[in-house]
Amino acid sequence: MKTESVLEKVLRSGNFAVTSECGPPRGAVPAKILEKANMLGDYVDAVNVTDNQTAMVRMSSFAASVFLRQAGLHPILQMVTRDRNRLAMQADIIGAYSHGINTMLCLSGDHPKFGDHPMAAAVHDIDSIQFIQMVRKMRDEGKFQGGADIENPPKMFIGAAANPFADPFELRVARLAKKVAAGVDFIQTQCIFNLDKFELWMEGVRKRGLHEKCFILAGVTPIKTVGMARYMKNKVPGMDVPQHIVDRMAATPKEKQADEGITICVEMIQRLRQIEGVAGIHLMAIEWEHKVPEIVQKAGLYPRPKIQ
Amino acid sequence: MITAERKPIDEIIEYIRPFQKILLVGCNECVTVCSAGGRKEVGILSSMLQMAFLKQGKSLQMLEHTLERQCDPEYVEELVSMIDGVDAVVSMACGCGVQEVARRYRNKPVFPAVNTKFMGASERQGVWAERCAGCGDCLLGITAGICPIARCSKQLMNGPCGGSTNGKCEISPEVDCAWALIWERLKALNLTERYEEIIPAKDWRNGRGAGPRKIVREDLAE
Repeated sequence: MKTESVLEKVLRSGNFAVTSECGPPRGAVPAKILEKANMLGDYVDAVNVTDNQTAMVRMSSFAASVFLRQAGLHPILQMVTRDRNRLAMQADIIGAYSHGINTMLCLSGDHPKFGDHPMAAAVHDIDSIQFIQMVRKMRDEGKFQGGADIENPPKMFIGAAANPFADPFELRVARLAKKVAAGVDFIQTQCIFNLDKFELWMEGVRKRGLHEKCFILAGVTPIKTVGMARYMKNKVPGMDVPQHIVDRMAATPKEKQADEGITICVEMIQRLRQIEGVAGIHLMAIEWEHKVPEIVQKAGLYPRPKIQ
Repeated sequence: MITAERKPIDEIIEYIRPFQKILLVGCNECVTVCSAGGRKEVGILSSMLQMAFLKQGKSLQMLEHTLERQCDPEYVEELVSMIDGVDAVVSMACGCGVQEVARRYRNKPVFPAVNTKFMGASERQGVWAERCAGCGDCLLGITAGICPIARCSKQLMNGPCGGSTNGKCEISPEVDCAWALIWERLKALNLTERYEEIIPAKDWRNGRGAGPRKIVREDLAE
């Protein structure tokens, strides 16, 4: 074990991991985080806490992660290079670790253009791969990025994202290889709807043995309505929703679309479980956290392993 | 070259509202090439300002002059004979030219007539695009001649983000994904294996990180 991370323990013990997501509130309302925490309860191994997702200001991932930790959940601190330089990032990493947060996800972040502060300067002092290198150096060498020693270095289980559906497709495996070389421990992928393309990517991943060097959690999202399916297909950059999924939602009566979306999601999880090299799922039920227990149960992934 | 765009006319009028005699100074270098502040644009802006003042029943005397290079003290010196006769200067050069005029003529108000944009190249007639961010430590030798600092919206140094779609950046279908361009060129050069070499975190002291920069060439400096 490199860390005390529960997610690491679940994965290394050979269990199929389940992570989910919690978007912090847009205001000083900790009750909302606890509400989401209660919904997720013991149905997941760890919970991603987003960092100003879609470039909208929210309660900091750090603060919300502390609330989750206090509620007995295991937060995955998300951090983007968009909003902080390397000083601020390292400061927050040792701060978070001091609060018992030992798992994090290193991201570059959505462009400010998509959020409610399009006029903000994006920082991008380092990129996501240099970010992984920095957190690994802090953990394994006990040194800050600038080279000085850290007293009681933060032992973070290091995650990153991968999008097998973005272009150019042919370099997407090489991009993962770069994250592995930088020191990533686990990967959470973009939401998977196009299973064929994901399988093709996994084939490339296995060919290079990358699935043995990091844990790959396959991203899944339940679709609520046919409108959401169309929106993700047409409007979200880097999202690949095949027409047959849109058609299936469209063929379902409106009042049954939510259930159909959950059925599609459960089927997807079952198929992803069969793919060699997939170590778990990352369930992104955006503003639909209360459906997580149902999905996890239907997918046969409950109860979660008891690991402390 | 350094690219620029003329400011909105109302902003320029607002600057010079209190004055009657204005020296409008163009520059023969970059701003001429990008059609923002050369001799021709000086003439056009001069007429526009005079007409605007006339409409408000005020008179405006314009003196027009275009320097060879407004960022060079040697040429800025040429304005000596004109400067005393005017109330203020409006410069159509980039920010470097404006500041050079302000430095040389301490007691004369100087206003910019253009917004200096970026270091770029001409893509086609009438279109200029950013190419260099002046980071002070050129990566082009390892990124196949395409700069990810200036041309990737997230300044990513190690590959495309998850928003790259059909060769375009997630921020706009009008913007090329710098890493898609780099990848295509690495393929053309038969150097795709280079993609996997990690480019380490940048030392921004070479860029703006260490404060305003200066180049001193001992062999040339007097």
